[in-house]
Amino acid sequence: MQEILTYFFEYRQMIFVVVLSVFLGIEVISNVPAILHTPLMSGANAIHGVVIIGAIIVMGHAETTLAMVLGFLAVILGTLNVVGGFVVTDRMLDMFKKKPKKETKN
Amino acid sequence: MDKIITITENISFTLTDSILELSYLIASVLFIVGLKMLSNPESARRGNTYAAIGMVLAIITTILFHKQDGQPIGNIGYILVAIVIGTIVGWTIAMKVKMTAMPQLVSLFNGMGGASAALISLMEFPHISAALVAEHGMMNGHVLAILLGLVIGSVSFAGSMIAFGKLDGRIGDIRSPLMRYINIGLLVIVVGFIVYIMTLGSVKIEEITYLIYILLAIALIYGIAFVMPIGGADMPVVISLLNSFTGVAAAMGGFLYNNQAMLTGGILVGSAGTILTVLMCNAMNRSLLNVIIGAFGGGGAAMEHEEGNIREITLSDAAVLLNYSQKVVIVPGYGLAVAQAQHICHDLDKLLESKGVEVKYAIHPVAGRMPGHMNVLLAEADVPYEKLIESEHINPDLPNTDVVVVIGANDVVNPAAQDDPSSPIYGMPIVNARAAKNIIVMKRGMGKGYAAIENYLFYNDKTRMLFGNAKDTLQALVAEIKEL
Repeated sequence: MQEILTYFFEYRQMIFVVVLSVFLGIEVISNVPAILHTPLMSGANAIHGVVIIGAIIVMGHAETTLAMVLGFLAVILGTLNVVGGFVVTDRMLDMFKKKPKKETKN
Repeated sequence: MDKIITITENISFTLTDSILELSYLIASVLFIVGLKMLSNPESARRGNTYAAIGMVLAIITTILFHKQDGQPIGNIGYILVAIVIGTIVGWTIAMKVKMTAMPQLVSLFNGMGGASAALISLMEFPHISAALVAEHGMMNGHVLAILLGLVIGSVSFAGSMIAFGKLDGRIGDIRSPLMRYINIGLLVIVVGFIVYIMTLGSVKIEEITYLIYILLAIALIYGIAFVMPIGGADMPVVISLLNSFTGVAAAMGGFLYNNQAMLTGGILVGSAGTILTVLMCNAMNRSLLNVIIGAFGGGGAAMEHEEGNIREITLSDAAVLLNYSQKVVIVPGYGLAVAQAQHICHDLDKLLESKGVEVKYAIHPVAGRMPGHMNVLLAEADVPYEKLIESEHINPDLPNTDVVVVIGANDVVNPAAQDDPSSPIYGMPIVNARAAKNIIVMKRGMGKGYAAIENYLFYNDKTRMLFGNAKDTLQALVAEIKEL
């Protein structure tokens, strides 16, 4: 018990951020129309690409060959997640956008 | 004078740290605002751009200003090369893949993020500081964050790859009740192994590095076994769930590096993804647990029903019927996506409109392989947005509808959801196709839907079947109507 309390105190700032972020995530997502579920999932998918920052940090301090190789891989995969995620989402949303314009033209 | 120089040097030193933290704060705000904007059709695209800007900002400032124990980021050349490779490959894949393959793609990119998170943990494990272990043993937050990041990241990676394979039609389902026990067993092993590593006490990290590879292997196996028994129709839910897993894995990295951008970004996706998953389950009237255990299809005995006759309709009869209708409602499903028939479907719709028939689309939230799949698909074919009506809004209109054309949809029009309490889809909101005056069902064959349940709609007196690939059938139908 003592230990758990110590950890809580040590990491209290982060725990606050985590707990508040959880509520924020719930708040942000609720009331989403079903049509936007897919783009939203895809957008959220791109955002967790933020893991690339960790990959950059780990690669930035890699010393052994193994660490370099793994780090290199981690950065590539992270970038794939970020770039692919945002581009795919944009492509999806692009198709929604086009409609009203075409409609007025006709 | 010397004093002033040292003071300013100190200030400039903390300045870069401040810039870094400030950029993370801005990035976090952009993530949140972006996600919020993504939930509104008007602002969605800008929201995505905002989040992307936040990401680029965080990446640049990390490379420039991040310091670990006073050491700036090294290997910058390699990092940039890796980023360039990832950007080119990611961009190319994302731009080239057909819109119908979007669900697979989201799953693929999700897996990449998970793998990245797992690799970070893999590399950080040997670097756990000896002082930390000496003082607290292995039972500390740092070790926990590494282990959880590894496990969650690997499960997300392996699971996403299987989900990708299933959606792409390369991997089938393993629907054995045995899988349930295997999965529970694997989960117990994974958790047990984490507990085992953490209770090792004061050990030398070099000596137990191999353990992390064993944990990696088990987690990967669990990820595969976790998704294997889940049916293809449930993949959207699974992808959404794995998506939130990757978010949590990224957040573990945030704990590890005391990095606020990773923490907020990761947790935000983790919680938003979980809620999205639950929303999707609700749309199917099933619980998350039910989806994960894969109870679909294995479910209760079907209600006794009178096996009516299946009646087919000829193309010319279908053409005449549609041509002389006032109101037609099209119910698209996965069959339309598989056959890539969205464009020809829009042609049919335009042709009928030109003949004075009112055509609307009934969009079920879970039709296809992802929520909103049909919207994306039909949007690609330039079907006007206003013609896509959500099922609950179109249902009251259906009794006045002359013909409902079901194209490659099955479970979302199954009346068992309303009539048969023993049906696994009982209670799921459906497009009430049987209320219409006539029903034409386009199907490849008499196979059951993904839920593997009999569809009584096909035996309805008002129903006529039109067998064949959706694209070919629609093409023939359009030609037929043109000749009238």
